[in-house]
Amino acid sequence: MNLHVISALVLRYLFLYTRTPMRLVELVFWPLVDLVVWGNVTVFIQKNSDAEFGGFILFFLGAMILWDVLFRAQQGVAISFLEDVWTRNLLNVFVAPVRTVEYLSATFFVGFLRILVTVVVMSLVSWLGYSFNIFQLQWWLLPFFLNLMVFGWALGMISTALILRWGQAAESLAWAVPFFIQPVVAVFYRVEDMPAWSQPFAWLFPATPIFEGMREVMKSGTMNWNHLWLAAGLNVIYLALAGWLFVWVLNMTRKRGLLTKFATQ
Amino acid sequence: MPAAIPDNREVILEARELTREFDGVKALDRFSFRLHRGEVLGLLGANGAGKTTAMNCLLGLTLPTSGELTAFGLPLQANRIQILRRANFSSAYTALPGNLLVWQNLLVFARIYGVPNPKKKIAELMEMLEISHLDKRVTGQLSAGESTRVNLVKAFLNDPELLMLDEPTASLDPDIADKVRKVVRKVQRERDIGILYTSHNMRDIEEVCDRVIFLHKGKIVCEGTPADIVAQSSSSNLEDVFIKIARDGEVVDESKKEETV
Repeated sequence: MNLHVISALVLRYLFLYTRTPMRLVELVFWPLVDLVVWGNVTVFIQKNSDAEFGGFILFFLGAMILWDVLFRAQQGVAISFLEDVWTRNLLNVFVAPVRTVEYLSATFFVGFLRILVTVVVMSLVSWLGYSFNIFQLQWWLLPFFLNLMVFGWALGMISTALILRWGQAAESLAWAVPFFIQPVVAVFYRVEDMPAWSQPFAWLFPATPIFEGMREVMKSGTMNWNHLWLAAGLNVIYLALAGWLFVWVLNMTRKRGLLTKFATQ
Repeated sequence: MPAAIPDNREVILEARELTREFDGVKALDRFSFRLHRGEVLGLLGANGAGKTTAMNCLLGLTLPTSGELTAFGLPLQANRIQILRRANFSSAYTALPGNLLVWQNLLVFARIYGVPNPKKKIAELMEMLEISHLDKRVTGQLSAGESTRVNLVKAFLNDPELLMLDEPTASLDPDIADKVRKVVRKVQRERDIGILYTSHNMRDIEEVCDRVIFLHKGKIVCEGTPADIVAQSSSSNLEDVFIKIARDGEVVDESKKEETV
């Protein structure tokens, strides 16, 4: 793996963001809209419930911030790929000495930068506006953050593979894929509150033990280590499967001669 | 066709019996050729003749159904990255990201290719192509001629030994097309680059190419220097040869063929 190549690709995305500030607005605007809506709902529930529940209900805001870690990581991969499609640059990249792993690594790093921007802004606003401090999760925040980011990368590779397979007509998948799984990964409610039949499915995704863990830490200050191990183990599997899927689809598009059509359409 | 003069220069790109099928239709049919160091080889043919498929196979964008491809003596697929470091590509049908400034785009590619002192290299190439004044312009706002020359700067960034140019003068006015041809020829001679060149502009081919291959329905129908091909045909110039091949699928005048043999 060549770090010069990765840094060059990251530089290209950084140039893009500095040249088109509207992309930065997108990173901040929608998360803030969500935060304000959920923040106000939280305040309303707090005022109309007992003190214990009222304190606990703040987990909505924590869930929202952590969900954005996953979502922005996924977007980092999928949108970076689409940027190359939209600007008709994909062919230039694929005929340059860029390995698939280098290309993906650059999009992972872009995902990390996108997370930083969004999470910093959301954390500040939730602290100033709703007295919710995400850092009350203390050191647990780090494994939560890492696991969600890695799962976001895996979802990003899956989204990109699907777009490669079905062409630009399927580009809405870049935004839709995370929301396919949102209802079953217990972001805003506990697994035990989900319909019984769906609970086993919830534990198939690495995000579920993380959101369960977040609520646990906020409520009791302790964390079930098994949840963390489960999330990490599942992430290894998802990352490997998503990487395999991406490479398999890329090779298939080469075999079928679709890559050039896709890159120049 | 006269017996080919043996070319003792190093073979830098070779296709052997390359076939590519799409849904049972052969876009390339047992296509074989060699490109030598310092040679400009034109790949000609009407739309659908197989040029783009050949170019895509050579760039590793499309995998051949059968046949072998080597560059610098190495199998292409297994050594793709190593080969691409020594090669480059420019096409009228691809663009550098239109929302970045020219210098930003070129700097990104210079870094991808690991060019030492990239800013100096970019400035030199832009000066050579007479586009130094464009460095702070938005790439998407360039004219076709400017954009082509920026693409050529990108293509020359890594001092390629092998260059693939896909219709580099398409949509250019005659003046700019002439400048582009002259620059390509100048750089090619100075640096002994092997170039695979596709074009529908026969003036391009006559001025730039040492040798040409005409494709029709994925097969080679004739091969030689532009002058030889015209001489062997019943046509008066290369453009007529092109039209004849596109319509009839063959060009060589049998009587002239016998005379030359």
